[in-house]
Amino acid sequence: MKTVFAKTAGLTDRVTHYCPGCTHGIIHRLIGEILEEMEIIGKTVGVAPVGCAGFCENYFACDIIGAAHGRAVAVATGAKRAHPDRVVFTYQGDGDGASIGLAETVSAAARGEKLTSIFVNNAIYGMTGGQMAPTTLLGMKTATSPYGRDESMGYPLDLPKLLAQVRGAAYVASVSVDNPQAVREAKKALKKAFQVQLDGLGYSFVSILSTCPTNWGVTPVEALEWVRTKMKPYFALGELKVPAEEGGGEE
Amino acid sequence: MAILMKGNEAIAEAAIQAGCRLFCGYPITPSTEIPEYMAKKMKKAGGTYLQAESEVAAIYMVYGAGAAGARVMSGTSSPGFSLMQEGLSYLFAAEIPCVIADVMRGGPGLGGLGPTQADYFQLTKGGGHGDYHPIVLAPATVQEMIDLTKEAFDLADIYRNPVILAVDGILGQMMEPVEFPGTYKAKILPAKTWAADGCEGRPKNNVISYYLSSEAGEADNLRWGKKMAQMQAAEQRFAELSLDDAEYAFVAFGTSSRITETAIDMLRSEGVKVGLFRPISLWPFPVEGLQKRVPQIKGWMSIELSAGQMVQDVRLAVNGRAPVGFYGRQGGMIPEPEEIVAAFKTQILQGGVQR
Repeated sequence: MKTVFAKTAGLTDRVTHYCPGCTHGIIHRLIGEILEEMEIIGKTVGVAPVGCAGFCENYFACDIIGAAHGRAVAVATGAKRAHPDRVVFTYQGDGDGASIGLAETVSAAARGEKLTSIFVNNAIYGMTGGQMAPTTLLGMKTATSPYGRDESMGYPLDLPKLLAQVRGAAYVASVSVDNPQAVREAKKALKKAFQVQLDGLGYSFVSILSTCPTNWGVTPVEALEWVRTKMKPYFALGELKVPAEEGGGEE
Repeated sequence: MAILMKGNEAIAEAAIQAGCRLFCGYPITPSTEIPEYMAKKMKKAGGTYLQAESEVAAIYMVYGAGAAGARVMSGTSSPGFSLMQEGLSYLFAAEIPCVIADVMRGGPGLGGLGPTQADYFQLTKGGGHGDYHPIVLAPATVQEMIDLTKEAFDLADIYRNPVILAVDGILGQMMEPVEFPGTYKAKILPAKTWAADGCEGRPKNNVISYYLSSEAGEADNLRWGKKMAQMQAAEQRFAELSLDDAEYAFVAFGTSSRITETAIDMLRSEGVKVGLFRPISLWPFPVEGLQKRVPQIKGWMSIELSAGQMVQDVRLAVNGRAPVGFYGRQGGMIPEPEEIVAAFKTQILQGGVQR
């Protein structure tokens, strides 16, 4: 019988701990498929964050270094500078990359570190039980904004939009995985980000709008609808910066 | 042939000679000659000098490179070393070898630029969270900095543990005649089969520092405890001066040990039989060596550039069997030998300090 679909070799056989309706699983699969398709599983070092994806070393088939909260890009920088011939990526949530690790993210982009950051934005702190994140939308209720985020708590940070202004960032994209077409586009962006790294062009960053039905207090279907109606209008989407030869960059 | 070299530069050159090919750091006085030397020499050695955006990032660059199997170091000074404490806790837990130089300056706070040894607690007691200790080596001459820097890399690899060079600002800044390559003979080291550097041709490696169950957490801590006990048994280092006939002993490391040597000469010329016990490993503290001298010593005196930190370890080692005095200067000041002599007479000879 002809095989029409198989689990990617880029992932292990471990069952994930992610909640039903969470899109981490889709994003993991896309990365696993890309590692396999680009034939780089054996030469890739991933850096795990602190947060819901903090156990992703169990799921990705490549070597993984577990970072402290917010420090994944610095850890990845060390690994890449030690082994420039390796492919290095970070997998981080919005709290990790845009709050406690904001300095590391922006600085790595400014240095043009030849690594790839995958930034999963679900507008909330998932692992700690649903507290306000740097990306929490105005009016959104969380455990630490119980009456809704108001302006005294600041505004949601659109990190990819910020990074697109940084010269050392070669590729910045903002995508979603809320429907099959979006998933395909997300995969294309992720693949391009890895290719930009392989081509040595600079820092590549892909933000992916994600769901957290558990902490948002909605069903998985409602969560996808919430991404479409609440998150997509706020966060810039698409390829926000492409390499110079494609007309991007400041060179 | 001897050449004249600054302590900070000697550390950097010794590190390159020891095979370190990646330095990640952030400039801070009085340690800046380390990154400057690395920036100048690393490229020629085929390595990389990487200027981090902060000491927080620097220690995690070290973490990432070390986890990927590289020989890597950073150098900083006290406020920067404070910023590295979280990373050192993680480095210990993930069992990543690395070498960090702390060229100590006055504190607390932004403090001053003058020398201190007031990071002693932070260095030796595990300055970050959790139960852990880095190995801490304290040279007293620029030549010794060369040998200890080279040895530090080997110790880090052998134990898969951070190793810290504890240097006060004077030692970092002073020039002394030194000879390369020094006396340290490199050890044969185990292959880094655990490193996360790409899993081609082998099962995948994870270098992590957390556990999902408390049972696993306790098991890890017990295993680390055994490793620390091994380090305590095998890595205690010290030097002695004029102790064989001594009735009294000073305990001092780094610059304060060298000032104390002059104080000992002065006291000896007055007929007082006094010597020096100089810890070289601050952790593990050389308890065994010190305790061998306990039966003959009628009074101990710890001399430090702090409010009195190592003196606590001296008291624990002496364990009430003789009085233990302390004299120190702070905030970047250093004692004159006469001050040490006077404090010794008041506290020890005239019985100002009881056991």
